[in-house]
Amino acid sequence: MEKQIAAPLTDRDIESLEAGDKVLINGVIYTGRDAAHKRLVETLERGEDLPVDLQGQIIYYVGPCPAKPGDPIGSAGPTTSGRMDVYTPTMLEVGLRGMIGKGNRSDEVVEAIKEYKGVYLLAIGGAGALLAKCVNKAEVVAYEELGPEAIFRLEVEDFPVVVGVDAAGNDIYVKGREEYAR
Amino acid sequence: MRELDVEQVKETVSDLCVQANYHLPGDVLEVLQRAADEEEESPVGREVLELIIDNAETAADEKMPICQDTGSAVIFLDIGQDVHFVGGDLEEAINRGVAEGYERGYLRKSMTEDPFERDNTGDNTPAIIHTQIVPGDQVKIALAPKGGGAENMSAARGLTPADGPDGVKDFVVDTVSSAGSNPCPPIVVGVGVGSTLEKAVLLAKKSLLRPLRQPHPREHIAELERQTLAAVNDLGIGPQGLGGRTTALAVHIEPHSSHIASLLAAVNIQCHAARHAEAIL
Ligand code: SF4
Repeated sequence: MEKQIAAPLTDRDIESLEAGDKVLINGVIYTGRDAAHKRLVETLERGEDLPVDLQGQIIYYVGPCPAKPGDPIGSAGPTTSGRMDVYTPTMLEVGLRGMIGKGNRSDEVVEAIKEYKGVYLLAIGGAGALLAKCVNKAEVVAYEELGPEAIFRLEVEDFPVVVGVDAAGNDIYVKGREEYAR
Repeated sequence: MRELDVEQVKETVSDLCVQANYHLPGDVLEVLQRAADEEEESPVGREVLELIIDNAETAADEKMPICQDTGSAVIFLDIGQDVHFVGGDLEEAINRGVAEGYERGYLRKSMTEDPFERDNTGDNTPAIIHTQIVPGDQVKIALAPKGGGAENMSAARGLTPADGPDGVKDFVVDTVSSAGSNPCPPIVVGVGVGSTLEKAVLLAKKSLLRPLRQPHPREHIAELERQTLAAVNDLGIGPQGLGGRTTALAVHIEPHSSHIASLLAAVNIQCHAARHAEAIL
């Protein structure tokens, strides 16, 4: 059974999620990958305001394909989250609560998820065509010059994810692998 | 001597970029289906495999990229020695083909000008081009869009001759193990063994173009492929790393003559979006 959650996230929703849960997201999420994260953190280091308010928000690690005429977005599956690990504790500190990506996170990130009560969600890597169908609207809200690496605001409907790391720090990758290793 | 206009090469490259990114090869789909129907023990794993197949079918039907990472355009050119290219610069024509294909196919442009400054070139060029001169008067063009997630998890190592087949197997298993869920498993593992560093790496990449699960013709190499695949799948990483028996769909090993002091091994990891397309001119 899938759980439904609204985005941006509430603390109650986050607490209800456990590693391995299947979840459908409805609402607004933001995209951001390597170059956007670098800029966001540099902005904070200069003591300036971020171009988007991250309170309670979810960032989806994705650099989508260009949209064909008539479509809101092109293929839009997750990129490898580990490359964002160096920036993630800072993002959580300023209010980010959810991340969607694929692949393992560092111990520092898992600790920060526990500390700030966040959640790491997994989308299926390489399923960009299917995931694009869950996006109803996409608009660039910052860093347009970065092309696919710009920050987009996405309106998503029943966007499917699995809880990777829950707010208690449980990691589905560790659990899953142990079960099937021989 | 046969004359071949580079404009024809450009057109072909442009078509291959779109074709490769919209259509997962039939052999890859077949193996994915077999894994979903017969091989994967984890229910979540089977579900993920079905979604991956569904995604590939959706991409083909709707003419959109299978994955948003439409890759570096890796191109293998087998050029017949009796071919004479006319009409311009071959490399420039290939790059024009890539730029055109990525634009008209609504493919993502992922190449940066400089590895540190990281400004996007805006048209997915330059292509990564490997040429080989072969007998005959034809040109074979194989194009493999290579995503960053899986490429980043690849590795090469200088083993010693005494390490032998088990050393190669262990190196592959280590590499896949530390890659974990990052390269979008189920993966295809390309391995180059022998020769020199750059050749081993190239052989590893080229082995990814082999029809999936077609064993190497030399029996002891085919046996090492089977053993390595079993060992990799015993890691339990499974589809998308969520746990399961299908971490890799295949291991392809390409051996080569080796220096008496050396046993080079290179592992090139390919994600389940094992895209490639080819044409002969
Ligand atoms: S590793 Fe492959 S399937 Fe995964 S995001 Fe990259 S290109 Fe796509």
